[in-house]
Amino acid sequence: MALRWQTKEKAIELIVSTVGLTSVIILLLIGFFLFKEAFYIFFKAGVMKVLFGMEWYPTYDPPSFGMLPLVAGTLAVTLLTAVIAIPLGLATAVYIAEIAHHKVKEFLKPLIEMLASFPSVVLGFFGMVIIAPMLSNWLSPILSETLPEILRSTNLPFISTTLAELAYNKLFIASGLNISTAALMLTVRAIPVISSIAEDALTAVPRTYREASYSLGANKWETILKVVIPASVSGLSIAVILGIGTIIGETMIVLMVAGGAAVIPCGIFDPARPMPAAIAAEMAEAPYQSLHYHALFGVGALLFLITFLLSLLSDYISKKYRSVRIGEKI
Amino acid sequence: MKKFLMIIFTGLIVFSLTGLSFGEDLRIDGSTTVLPIAQKAAEVYMKKHADTRIFVSGSGSGTGIKALIDGTTHIATSSREAKDKEVASGKAKGITLTGHKVALDGIIPVVHISMKINDITMEQLRDVYNGKIKSWKELGGPNRPISVVSRDTSSGTYEVWEEKVLKGDKVRADALLVASNGQAVQTIAQNKFAIGYIGIGYIDKSVKILKVNGKSASPASVRDGSWPVARPLFMYTNGKPTGVIGKFIHFMMSAEGQKVVNEVKYVSIQ
Repeated sequence: MALRWQTKEKAIELIVSTVGLTSVIILLLIGFFLFKEAFYIFFKAGVMKVLFGMEWYPTYDPPSFGMLPLVAGTLAVTLLTAVIAIPLGLATAVYIAEIAHHKVKEFLKPLIEMLASFPSVVLGFFGMVIIAPMLSNWLSPILSETLPEILRSTNLPFISTTLAELAYNKLFIASGLNISTAALMLTVRAIPVISSIAEDALTAVPRTYREASYSLGANKWETILKVVIPASVSGLSIAVILGIGTIIGETMIVLMVAGGAAVIPCGIFDPARPMPAAIAAEMAEAPYQSLHYHALFGVGALLFLITFLLSLLSDYISKKYRSVRIGEKI
Repeated sequence: MKKFLMIIFTGLIVFSLTGLSFGEDLRIDGSTTVLPIAQKAAEVYMKKHADTRIFVSGSGSGTGIKALIDGTTHIATSSREAKDKEVASGKAKGITLTGHKVALDGIIPVVHISMKINDITMEQLRDVYNGKIKSWKELGGPNRPISVVSRDTSSGTYEVWEEKVLKGDKVRADALLVASNGQAVQTIAQNKFAIGYIGIGYIDKSVKILKVNGKSASPASVRDGSWPVARPLFMYTNGKPTGVIGKFIHFMMSAEGQKVVNEVKYVSIQ
């Protein structure tokens, strides 16, 4: 039987919107479930005690569910990674977009994007068997054995005694599994995200901008620093934010190399237990519907809120600046 | 023709949903520590008895025993003996909890190979893990802080350690928590100043095993009870098991079942 084209159109529209709506509904339901399961722990153990408690002993009797060490772990690892990954990622993007020869660019861009699809469990394993032993067996003896000896042999007051003692005690790396190792591995994870988005942002800057800059007598560096980067600052911020979002949610690496001690890290060689690692390590063995189970959902909800805020921020920035750019073009 | 196809398809869908159940079903639930034993044993058993289907899950010792009392499982695995309260609540529902010791779990302390310490006491272990002893110097080693490696607090291995070594103390907060026995071995093998503990089946040449109170760990010393950090693992049934439940428990106790226990790195009872 023949259908009128209007009917066909309507049917197609219905199917497409149903499919689209289904995924949105599923997402909303997952979010609802997450918060429903998380609510109970805040209700039962007290919001303040959970959010600002210093002790995470979920299976001790009586248990304590202080999430502050976990949040601090995530923040420490993220901060350390951001310090390394943002400059490197942005510099890579500038090099590929502006400086590299056409042929080098063709080769480098897919290579870095391929790095993004590198399985994080492999990175974690690499950190565990290569980087961690290097820190504890090579760097630590240099810093806490050789260095104090050199300092002692100088026979100078203060340096040969106090400073040597300080190096011996404070520069000792107790374990290679710490936030530095985690940050190094997370950097590998974050750089491709940051650089590929930043590179797109830089390339999207209209050629007329560069030409105008050159015609005013600016050289390449001045053009990059004063014209291209300011013009693409919204895209660059989004790159940074999404990079940070990737780091915060990354589970396998921190589970394997961050050390897993639920304490607030004070130095860059201290271990930490970031939120995703806590969830991944404990969820399998937390009895269903127990307080511990709800506490892990609480951690998950917190994590979700952080990444949600980050993506909201990136959305806001992209909307705000895009309108400005279009306005400029007209 | 269309109708015929329709009937066939409907039939196929219905059958695939219900499953063609001819044989007997056996449900096992309980301790996550015993889970590897139950899983492997179920696999081997089902290979021999194709008509039996065994469903294994691990939701914790307490939950397993509760499920047995509620009648939602046939066998409850447990890493501890049933509490008096559980036995009483079973009685109230007409369930007689009957324990079968199917395996033993022994935990041993290990250090880096280069560490010049061979022996440690239970008191020292406790102090190392609760944070009272912070330096190897206090144990007769170098003047370096001890890197304490522990297992995730929800693991069964940690449970034994907490009960037998820590005796109610909290493990120090800055202990490195690792997710598995393998990872514990890996971490300790690469850290000169680390101490940790692993299940006896995971003994590896890359780490050094410590004597505790002058006793060395072996399957024999776990079996005769002289090794201080060990516990029996149970399977609980309602009364004397009969039918397929009885056959499975019998299989667990047989040489073949005990071979499974050793394969998944626990200590067999004989």
